[in-house]
Amino acid sequence: MNIMKFRPLFFAISFFLLSLSAFSIIKWSFKTSIDFAGGTIWEFTLPDTSQSDIEEVFAKNQLEINSLNLSSQDTYLLKFSNIDQDQKAQLEQAVSSLAPDYQELRFETLSPSLGKELLSKTIYAVILSSLALLLFIGSRFKDFSFGIAAVLAMFHDAFILLGSFSLFGHFFGAELDALFVTAVLTTLSSSVHDTVVTFDRIRELKRQNYRLDWTALANQAVTETLTRSINNSMTIIFMLTALVVLGGQTTKWFATALLVGVVAGTYSSIGVAIPLVLFWKKRIQKQQ
Amino acid sequence: MPNKNRIQKNFFIILLIFIFSLVLNMPQTLPLKFNLGPIKIDHTLYKPQLDFQLASLRIQKNTDLKYGLDLAGGASLLYEVDTSSTNADNIDSALESLKSNIERRVNLFGLSEANVQVSSLSDKHRLTVELPGVENVSQAISLIGRTAQLSFKGEVDIPPEATATATIYDLFAEDTGLNGSHLVLSTVQVNPNTAQPEVSLKFNQEGAKLFQEATQKYLGKSIAIFLDDVPVTTPVVQSVIPDGEAVINGNFDSKSAKELAAQLNAGALPLPITLIQQSSVGATLGQDSIDKGLLAGLVGLALVSLFMIANYGYLGFIADIGLLIYALITLSLYRLIPVTLTFPGIVGFILSVGMAVDSNILIFERTREELRRGKDQQAALELGFGRAWDSIKDANTCTIITGLILFNPFNWQFLNTSGMVRGFAVTLILGIAVGIFTGVFVTRNLLRIFTRKSNQS
Repeated sequence: MNIMKFRPLFFAISFFLLSLSAFSIIKWSFKTSIDFAGGTIWEFTLPDTSQSDIEEVFAKNQLEINSLNLSSQDTYLLKFSNIDQDQKAQLEQAVSSLAPDYQELRFETLSPSLGKELLSKTIYAVILSSLALLLFIGSRFKDFSFGIAAVLAMFHDAFILLGSFSLFGHFFGAELDALFVTAVLTTLSSSVHDTVVTFDRIRELKRQNYRLDWTALANQAVTETLTRSINNSMTIIFMLTALVVLGGQTTKWFATALLVGVVAGTYSSIGVAIPLVLFWKKRIQKQQ
Repeated sequence: MPNKNRIQKNFFIILLIFIFSLVLNMPQTLPLKFNLGPIKIDHTLYKPQLDFQLASLRIQKNTDLKYGLDLAGGASLLYEVDTSSTNADNIDSALESLKSNIERRVNLFGLSEANVQVSSLSDKHRLTVELPGVENVSQAISLIGRTAQLSFKGEVDIPPEATATATIYDLFAEDTGLNGSHLVLSTVQVNPNTAQPEVSLKFNQEGAKLFQEATQKYLGKSIAIFLDDVPVTTPVVQSVIPDGEAVINGNFDSKSAKELAAQLNAGALPLPITLIQQSSVGATLGQDSIDKGLLAGLVGLALVSLFMIANYGYLGFIADIGLLIYALITLSLYRLIPVTLTFPGIVGFILSVGMAVDSNILIFERTREELRRGKDQQAALELGFGRAWDSIKDANTCTIITGLILFNPFNWQFLNTSGMVRGFAVTLILGIAVGIFTGVFVTRNLLRIFTRKSNQS
């Protein structure tokens, strides 16, 4: 199977996805959750109340509601700025007196300074994982071009994941939170994971047929690993899709982020990492 | 291919692990009621408890699954500790006594499973209080922040005829006016002359004045210290103390001195704290999350199983059995270690199930290649296993590296320490480790047995 003849197509796909991501990030940026920005999430059930009643309570307390949704029957999900214990007590008093059967499901409040801290922790974690994966790739593949290609594919996936969440944020209200960062790191590793399996095969074939040129080698390796890559992704996709559809609000976007990362990782090992290696090897051959 | 005995031995190991995990994961009681032809079975199985004597070692383990706050319901509070008014040398001991104070208060509230932790990053200090199952969060918060009633009472003369019936409350009946708000800090120090541990008290300005008056008045007598009306200690005043810095010496070892200092501090929080993060989840929402996660996991597992059978036929079926054993082993480990399950943790588990199949797929694809080259089934399988091993090892190393960074085992404060992220990392790492084990040991040996049988028939 001559998969590498589709290189221009792969290039076009990646170029499109990367520019779309860049466009969305520049134009719409991200929606950040209270994990990063600070603020309050309050979810409670209160039958026989209208949204305007709740809005009135907040107006009386001079608090601005950022969003107010019905997350299910009689269940309200509110987001607003960071408040202290006394303010909470006041609000709770006022809201629960609107109607009987008030029940709190979830309450979270976080000061903005803590959000900044999480941001810096996140950046450290991303840098540290990238370095660790770089070291691993470097020790695993003494060949420079393989290492660079794997790393570029890894950042390609992470960028697409960021871009997709900028889009999801704009159109569906997805927010970046601590778990999103976890998904980014998992994406980094699963991207390298897929690339390593394909690269292993190229090296194995190279040892067997030393004379074969790189494109032929790459084609053979991809053909041989393609079923595995796709089947493996399919099993992960099954599990994650079940979670996105059935798993409920709290982790819906987390599972979605992991899903995007897995799909991008599978694609990029074939569509990005190998074409990059070929590009590099061909240049070296020309120079010789 | 290893000889028959070896395979049989491995099979029994697998069987043993399987039964052990099955028992570990069974419900506390399992009613069995069915008719088997003429035999009627009506019996209730009870889950055996892990509680036995191994030589001189008593092994007793609670094997219930532990749920995190987001699943079990409860509150997590994060406080910022203000150390600006404390001398840098005293911060550690002040933080230590702050922690034991809060623990004491939380225990008073009846929350014995509460978890109090102090974390420090350079000059920033934080206090985390986790209260599983707490229903009235506001009450807990005000309790944690309140000042316990610490009082100092002077000894009075008791008429000789009343000594027999006098209680300690009669003996120390005179209030000195000093209370917990006057105490700044109590610490443990070692007397340079006697090398004995002693407990020091430090009062604020007003407290120092009151304390001076009290020591004048009760010189040679005792002043009792009560904490919420429970006597803590009754030291004898040996001299008048004007500077608000007193020392209680006596028969302390370092442990009892520390305890006393902590108890005294319980009156006054040694360091001011501010609540900066609060999150609470009701038990109903938690149960809802567990149900949804369970449903998603089962549906995903069913899809993956069907997919494997559709793709690899009976090989896939055996891989599915391996997957079932995988799930049982992982759940058993959660119970034994124990792992505190959070919702992100469930996501990690579900993701790792998807990844666990990977080693099987790698092996089966390699096996297919060997079959195409004309090898017989058994030889193809053995070659498939051998060749796939390198890829399995490499591929999983990456995930474990990232998992460790997320889990942050050394508790580095510049990395994430949030329970949610760690909950995910721990189930992911465990899942991958168990996945490798079931992929290369369990499924492999099961396949050896079943291909042998199919070849013989």
